Amino acid sequence: MANIELNHIRHAYMPNPQSKKDYALKEVHHTFEDGGAYALLGPSGCGKTTLLNIISGLLRPSEGDLLFDGVSVRDLPTEARNIAQVFQFPVVYDTMSVYDNLAFPLRNRGVEERVVDETVRHILNIIDLESKAHRKAQGLTADEKQKISLGRGLVRADVNAILFDEPLTVIDPHMKWVLRSQLKHLHKQFGYTMVYVTHDQTEALTFADKVVVMYEGEVVQIGTPNELFQRPQHTFVGYFIGSPGMNVVPCTLEGDGARIGEHVLPLNGIGRFGSGASLEVGVRPEFVSLRPSGEGLPIQVQGVEDVGRYRIVRAKLDDHDFHAIVMEGEEIPESPSAVISADNINLYADSWLVGREG
Amino acid sequence: MEKTVNNKAWFMVLPVLVLVAFSAVIPLMTVVNYSVQDTFGNNQFFWAGTEWFVDLLASERFTDALVRNLIFSFSILAIQIPLGIFIALCMPRKGWGVPVCLVLMALPLLVPWNVVGTIWQVFGRADIGLLGYVLNNIGIEYNYTQDPVAAWATVIIMDVWHWTSLVVLLCYAGLVSIPEAYYQAARIDGASKWAIFRFIQLPKMHRVLLIAVLLRFMDSFMIYTEPFVVTGGGPGNSTTFLSIDLVKMALGQFDLGPAAAMSLVYFLIILVFSWVFYTVMTNVGAEKPETKGE
Repeated sequence: MANIELNHIRHAYMPNPQSKKDYALKEVHHTFEDGGAYALLGPSGCGKTTLLNIISGLLRPSEGDLLFDGVSVRDLPTEARNIAQVFQFPVVYDTMSVYDNLAFPLRNRGVEERVVDETVRHILNIIDLESKAHRKAQGLTADEKQKISLGRGLVRADVNAILFDEPLTVIDPHMKWVLRSQLKHLHKQFGYTMVYVTHDQTEALTFADKVVVMYEGEVVQIGTPNELFQRPQHTFVGYFIGSPGMNVVPCTLEGDGARIGEHVLPLNGIGRFGSGASLEVGVRPEFVSLRPSGEGLPIQVQGVEDVGRYRIVRAKLDDHDFHAIVMEGEEIPESPSAVISADNINLYADSWLVGREG
Repeated sequence: MEKTVNNKAWFMVLPVLVLVAFSAVIPLMTVVNYSVQDTFGNNQFFWAGTEWFVDLLASERFTDALVRNLIFSFSILAIQIPLGIFIALCMPRKGWGVPVCLVLMALPLLVPWNVVGTIWQVFGRADIGLLGYVLNNIGIEYNYTQDPVAAWATVIIMDVWHWTSLVVLLCYAGLVSIPEAYYQAARIDGASKWAIFRFIQLPKMHRVLLIAVLLRFMDSFMIYTEPFVVTGGGPGNSTTFLSIDLVKMALGQFDLGPAAAMSLVYFLIILVFSWVFYTVMTNVGAEKPETKGE
């Protein structure tokens, strides 16, 4: 296990990057603490896999340094970094049995056969493939193959970190949940440092202690699931996390209030942080309460979706899309107004959160 | 669901059946017809039964040609398959080198067979050929028209030059289809180069290798043009392979009956060998059928 320190790492796939745009990964400076369970969350193409491959050594960063426990491993090949990595699509050695597949990383490192046997049996038990241990990997289902891939990531007890690159994409939903809990359990049991790449927010939020949200090659926020929900540092985090995502509405400042169309929303002091940049207010649909017209901001309801425990009201606020969540049993007034407590309003300048600490 | 039986469908395949009949079945039957009869001029036929077959299998001439042909086929397979795999492994996977290599590899395959023969015939001549002249001048005696060893070496090297590319291209196609993740996983797992070859590349090339072995076996077993142009089957009979012998018998001596019998036996041998190769190679590495209730 190790601390993984990313020291001002940048990466471009082209040979002579000129502008910021040329970088697939724009300056990441962050430390994955020893024994932490991290999720890298972001849409496809945001640089998650690039970052992962830099840690495992499959890619050498264009700029910056990578340190394991304070020692630079930037120039070390993958084999020397002692990292386990599980890929999106199952990689199994077809001609080997399930058992040999799991033993492969150990045997390659000259581990004693007695220890190999013990470890492989233990992992077979965890991934629930004991009954098929001596079957060839070739004829197995995608689920089972991915379990072998996962297993090969787990057999080495002394790895610096285990990296997962969207490992559950090909697994069916029920199995996903089971395997994810198994991983969490293993994490608690052995204290591996785990980095888990995903574009699925539920997966990220349930797996990780800390979620690293990436967007267009940048880390936009690192925080606990709760922090990401309450105080998105960037409008992207607001959109991406939550279902539906945060309402983001352009505004102008007026004293200590945000003017949206003809109405002014009190900001409780944070307004003074907004400079001349383009400003937006962000409000989670969960924090919007609907009242009969009169107080708050009038909205035009466009439709209501019943999703079981609550209803999602799709509306327009001054021509901008605006969602509100109404719990079961609550009334939706005719021509309603949105009332939002000032604490739950975030102010964004050029898409980044301003004011308020934490 | 019950299958619909519709006999009208047979009319749809009728054109194909007619074509196949004219292109394959009828010619083959003509050969069968010849093989059981003795023919004389004026289209006189006399029933000969299995006489030609019995004669053929007992004749030294046939068995010698068969053995020569088998040695030839297995020699070129033993060289071309490993060499082809090796070259395919060395070829670049991306960049400007790919089209260059592919074109270079494809070149020998595009040369007509009798031209290949002529190239090597001239190339190997001791008086004017680059290869023959150089070899003889550095003290290696080399004369494919008189020395059986030299003749064999020439014929085998010529075939390797002509056909290894096919194995290379097939293997290369197999190699480039391996997803990058396999190599990445192998690096993570600390696999050696040999392990990568043994457990990733070779299994993924399995199918194309099967095709390569089959094609190369059948082609080399039927080889005619190139050795005929270079050595004409000589010196003596040392490079007389089955097809050369067959042509001599059918067109040189005009023994249609024995030649027809030989054609059929020849055909059956190729069929049997191909079937054996196919069965063996598809069974190697294939999953044994799953036992129920495991």
